[in-house]
Amino acid sequence: MKTPATARLPLPTRIRGSAGSVVFLLPMLLVFGLFSWWPIVRSMIMSVQMTNLVTPAEFVGLDNFRAVLDDPLLGTAIQNTAWFALLALVFGYPVPLLMAVVMSDVRRARGLYALLAYLPVVVPPAVAVLLWRFFYDASDTGVFNTILGWVGLGPVPWLESSTMAMPSLVIEATWAAAGGTVIIYLAALVSVPPELYDAAEVDGAGILRKVWHVTMPHLRGIMLITLILQIIGTAQVFLEPYLFTDGGPDNATLTVLLLVYNYAFANTTGGDYGKATALSLMLALTLAVLSAVYFRATRRWSE
Amino acid sequence: MRIHRVRGVAALATVASLVSLSTLAACSKSDETSSGGKVTITVEGWRPGDEQATIDTVKKQAQLFMDTHPDIIVKPVEWQWTAETFATQLAGNTLPTSFRVPFTDTKGLAERKQIADVTQYVEALPYATDFNPDVLAAAKGTDGKIYGLPSDVYGVGLHYNRALFEQAGLDPDSPPTTWDEVRADAKQIADTTGQAGYVQMTVNNTGGWMLTTLTYALGGRMESEDGTEATIDNPGTAEGLQMLHDMRWTDDSMGKNTGYEWTPINEAFAAGKIGMYMSGSDVFNALTTTNQIDPDTYGLAALPLADSPEAGILGGGSVNAVSAKATPDQQEAAIAWADFYRVQKLYNEDAAILDAKTLIAADQPVGTPTLPEFDEATYKKTQQWIAPYVNVPLAQMSSFVDRIFSQHLISEPPSKTQEVYGLLDSVVQKVLTDENADIPSLLSDADSQAQKLLDAS
Repeated sequence: MKTPATARLPLPTRIRGSAGSVVFLLPMLLVFGLFSWWPIVRSMIMSVQMTNLVTPAEFVGLDNFRAVLDDPLLGTAIQNTAWFALLALVFGYPVPLLMAVVMSDVRRARGLYALLAYLPVVVPPAVAVLLWRFFYDASDTGVFNTILGWVGLGPVPWLESSTMAMPSLVIEATWAAAGGTVIIYLAALVSVPPELYDAAEVDGAGILRKVWHVTMPHLRGIMLITLILQIIGTAQVFLEPYLFTDGGPDNATLTVLLLVYNYAFANTTGGDYGKATALSLMLALTLAVLSAVYFRATRRWSE
Repeated sequence: MRIHRVRGVAALATVASLVSLSTLAACSKSDETSSGGKVTITVEGWRPGDEQATIDTVKKQAQLFMDTHPDIIVKPVEWQWTAETFATQLAGNTLPTSFRVPFTDTKGLAERKQIADVTQYVEALPYATDFNPDVLAAAKGTDGKIYGLPSDVYGVGLHYNRALFEQAGLDPDSPPTTWDEVRADAKQIADTTGQAGYVQMTVNNTGGWMLTTLTYALGGRMESEDGTEATIDNPGTAEGLQMLHDMRWTDDSMGKNTGYEWTPINEAFAAGKIGMYMSGSDVFNALTTTNQIDPDTYGLAALPLADSPEAGILGGGSVNAVSAKATPDQQEAAIAWADFYRVQKLYNEDAAILDAKTLIAADQPVGTPTLPEFDEATYKKTQQWIAPYVNVPLAQMSSFVDRIFSQHLISEPPSKTQEVYGLLDSVVQKVLTDENADIPSLLSDADSQAQKLLDAS
C-alpha cells in the first residue's frame, strides 16, 4: 500500500484517500459483517422459515408471525415488559441524574464517588444476579429481610410473589446500570460553564433553582438520548427475568425477549427458531419506529 | 445536521435492538470423519461438577469398551441434557455422538429430525425383543421408528433426610405412607428444625413433571391415554394443589423459597435444607457423585398412593440417542457403546459384574434402585448378580424397594409432554406464591390451554 507517492503526502491526506480508508475499515467491516450484520440478515430469513438448523429449511411465509401473534403469552410478555420499562423509568431514570448532580457539587474526592457509583457496572451481570438472589432470599434469614427485620418490617417475598417479583428485578437492574449513566451525566455537567452558576448565585438562587435553571437546560439533550436508550434497553430486558425467576412466578416476569429465548431454546416450546426470529424482528421494528417517532416529537426540545 | 443526528440515533437504536437477533443465527457446518478404518465417537461422560473419580471411571469404561471394539475410538466428554443448548450444539457440531435425553423429549426431537433413526442397530441387539414394551415405546418416534436405546428407567420416589427426621423427633425407619403423614411430618420438621419440611420442584417444566407425579399418586391423569384429550382439570390434581397450598400457607412447612428445579433441589437436599422431596428413584447417584451427600442421612420411601385403583407411580427414563449428524458407522458405534455402558449390565451376568467391579473400584454408587428395563424376573436376577458389590445404603431404601413392584406404574402424558409441563409450572408457581390462588379456575384455564396444544398436534 505504501507507495513512494502516497508516503510523501501528509498523514491525514493519505487516510482521506479512498483506498486507504477501505483498508483501515476492512477489519471492522469484516468483524461487524460476520458477527453482526450477517446474523441479522440470517435472522430475517429464518423468520419466514421452519428450520431445525440441520436439515434444509422450509419456506413458510408469514406463518411464524401469525403463530406468535396467536400466542396468549405474547400479551402477557408485552404487558410485563411495559411494566418493567415503566418501573425502570420511575426508579431508574431519576436516580443516576440525582447522583450525578450531587456528585458534581462535591468538591473533594469526586473521582472516588464516581468510582463507587460505577463499580456495579464492572461486576459481571450474571455474578451480580446470583449475589442479589442471595440478598432476595424470601425467608426471615435472607439478607434484605434480616435488615428489614431490624426496623420491624418484612419479611418481604422478594422474588416469590407475582406482585413483588418485577419491582425486585427493577431494583437490581437500576443498581447495576445506574453507574454508566452517572458517568455520562457527569461528563455533561462538566461542560456547564461555571460562570452561569456564579451568576445564578449572585442572583440569589439556591441549589434547587440552580439545578432547575442552569443544569437542566444544559443536560436536556443528553437526557433525551439516555431516555430513549433506556427505553430500548428495558424493552429488551432478558438477563434479570431469565436468571432471577425464569419468567415466574406464574409468568409474572415473562418479558418479550425471554419469550423469544423460550421459543428458541427452552423446554416448553424449544427449537422454534422461526417464531423466535419473527418475534425478534417485530420487537426490533417496533423499537425502530418508536425511536424515530420519539426523535421527531422531541426535536424541538433538543435543539 | 439535526435530521442527520435523528437518523443516526434511530439507526443506532435499530442496530441495538437487532443485536438480540444475532445470537440466534451463528452456526457452522462440518462433519466428524472416520479415518484409517476406525470410527471415532464422542459420548456423554460425566455431568458438570462431577468428582474426579466419576470422570476416571467413565474413562476406564471407555478403555474397556475399546479393548473389545478395536475399530471404535470412544471419547467421553462432560455433558448434561439441557434443552437450551441442545439444538445449537447439534448445529455447531459440538454435541456428543451419543447422549441421553429424557423419555419425554424423544418424540419431539425425532419429529424435528434432530436425532438419528437407529432402528436397524437396536433391532440387531440380542435382547431387542425382550424390552419391557412401555420402555421401548418411549424410544420410538410417532413414525414407529426407534430413535435410541432406552436406559435408566426410574419410578418417582419420596427422598427424605434421615437426620432431619431424627432432629424432629420422627422415626427415620418409618417414613410416611400417606399424604396426610407427609403433611404432618413436614410440619413437624419445619417447626422443630426450621428447615423446609417438604419441597416440590416448580421451574423449567419440572413443576409440571412433579405435579403430574402428585396427580398420578392421587389417582388423576393429565391426558387421556391416546393423548388427544387434556384432563388437567381433575379431582386428583385439585386435591394435590390444595395440599400444596395448605402446606405452604397454613402449615408454612415448605420454606419461603419455591423456585426449585432438578439441580438446585438436589443441592439443597444434599446440604440438609429439605426434609422430603419427590424425584426419580435413581437420584441418589447424582446426590453422591455431584452433591457429595452424606449417605447416612439419605432415605428413600415409596410414594404414598391414594386409596384408588387409578393411583400409581410416575415412571420415566432416558433414551440413549444419537446425533442426527452422525454417519451410519458412528450411529452403529454409538449404539454399541450405549449397549455396553448402560444396557448390557441389565441383561448379562458378566457385564453386570464387570460394571459393578469397575464402579466399586472408584467408590461409585452400585445398586441404586431403578425399574426393570426388561421384565421383573431379569431385573431380580441382575440384583442377585451385583448383590455382593452393592455399596449404597439399601437398608435405608427398603420402603421403596419392597413396595415398588406392587405399585401401578404410569408413563408420562403421551402428547406434547414438555409443553403441558410448561403450562403446569405456572399453576404450581401460582399456588405456592399466592395465598389466594383460585385452584379451580387455574385448572380449567390450564386445561383449555393444554387442549389447544393437543388439538394443534
